[in-house]
Amino acid sequence: MAEELRIVLRNADKIDASNINDYIKAGGYTALEKARRMEPRAVIEEVKKANLRGRGGAGFNAGLKWSFVPPAETKYVVCNLDEGEPGTYKDRTIVQKDPQTLLEGMAICAHAIGSRQGYIYCRGEYPYLVEHLNNAIAQAKAAGVLGDFDIEVRMGGGAYVCGEETALIESIEGHRGEPRFKPPFPGVAGLWAQPTVVNNVETFANLPEIINKGADWFASIGAASYPGTKVLTLTGDVVNRIAIEVPTNTTIRQVIYEFGGGIRNGRKFKAVQIGGTSGGFIPESLLDTPIDFDSMRNIGATLGTGAVFVMDDTRDIVDIVTRIAKFFEHESCGKCNPCREGTFRCYEIMKKINRGAATARDIDNITVLARVMQKAALCGLGQAAPGPIMTTLQHFRHEYERKLLS
Amino acid sequence: MANYRDIIARYQDKPGGIIEAYHALQREFNYIPREAVKEVARVFRLSEAQAYGVATFYSYLSVEPRGNYIIRMCESAPCHIAGADEIIKAFERELGIKVGQTTPDGKFTLELTECVGQCQGTPVITINSVPHVGITPDQIPAILALCK
Repeated sequence: MAEELRIVLRNADKIDASNINDYIKAGGYTALEKARRMEPRAVIEEVKKANLRGRGGAGFNAGLKWSFVPPAETKYVVCNLDEGEPGTYKDRTIVQKDPQTLLEGMAICAHAIGSRQGYIYCRGEYPYLVEHLNNAIAQAKAAGVLGDFDIEVRMGGGAYVCGEETALIESIEGHRGEPRFKPPFPGVAGLWAQPTVVNNVETFANLPEIINKGADWFASIGAASYPGTKVLTLTGDVVNRIAIEVPTNTTIRQVIYEFGGGIRNGRKFKAVQIGGTSGGFIPESLLDTPIDFDSMRNIGATLGTGAVFVMDDTRDIVDIVTRIAKFFEHESCGKCNPCREGTFRCYEIMKKINRGAATARDIDNITVLARVMQKAALCGLGQAAPGPIMTTLQHFRHEYERKLLS
Repeated sequence: MANYRDIIARYQDKPGGIIEAYHALQREFNYIPREAVKEVARVFRLSEAQAYGVATFYSYLSVEPRGNYIIRMCESAPCHIAGADEIIKAFERELGIKVGQTTPDGKFTLELTECVGQCQGTPVITINSVPHVGITPDQIPAILALCK
């Protein structure tokens, strides 16, 4: 039986999340003290060596990201709490259960890159988290643990694209949340054109334990190329719809059957979509794949945010993918043509297939369109949007063909 | 009810404070009135088109008047397979309005939303941003009755 391993959620349900003293009694802020006794450069090296890779979906080495920050008078640490990938509720869970671990992680990053100002960009749908975080920040300031590092919470406005780091920065600056052209990357010129590190909640929340227990400890957990744990959120036709934290060498099958308790109502498994609504659909034959970033990529899927959306054998794949296509049509910001037009046409063709009015020609067209979007869209939204279509055409093609005009 | 000018003034010195100002306006009025957009443009030194462009970019913000209770039904894939369509139909039946409309008494507005991050309990609705999970169509009259 596989077991959870809790690093990020180590204090969850064990401490009173609204009381900093509970966090401190549980060993909180000792990592920040330790980091502050280290040279900033050494902190970056430690995080790099731990091979902590971004938990928001892109999987970039966090220490490496920090190392790109040039010397500057003003630098920013930004936390991405714009959790908008359907099926994902991990960042909310982390913040609700242990907000101080996020603040401590951000303060460790601030020391490493030399920043005095942090922002938490919290999605508009979580106003109750804004209150919870403001309370946590006030307590941390009163306790003096953050030193000269300030953190301000900013609220998003229900735009999925703002999970993309440059769009998020645009939004904090008070603009429409449209992604920027890169380079320059935010590490060099981000918020108000200053060097800015943007990391996900879960990435920051890993830092206190990495500093306390060391890079070697962290690097030895789970899969070698994407070490540590991942917080996964189970949803759909799975018995236990819960958040779990598991080593990254745990297999998809273990996640669904051992932690998830299998399929609801005694039904059979059909598919699982991992990583959010932009993730690939995975058939039964690939369930023994470990969940780590690279193993998932090797099967044409993604780890993404760690959402695990399970579908039983009664589910209509084409109908679900049509719904997903509507999501992207709605969430495309409209800045670049491949995404604005592409998501619109994808939805149009998917609706046609779903209502039984399409021919094989439509499948050819959507395949070409998907390739264009993957290659030519400005940001991850447009590049990832065709993923569910392509992976279901690969693994569940018969469900499409069944709906075509003969 | 607070004056929109006073609300906006609180954010004028905050860098990028326009979105925070919009949230504060919406908390007060349930939407962002047109004259408030004009004032935001003036205070943040933008054209009215730019200020309107920011307000309408974000689906959580509304420039249309809304009811006292804003009911939003999640229609993302996990809620979709959990029966979001039936819940929508039940709300439409019970309230006598379609999605996007407000009841004539100004009490309820019915909207669709994408994922609100409560996927442990699909299908999910929010009423004035408070999530309610695991909703079934037969619970809807009781849920509406709680909105006094």
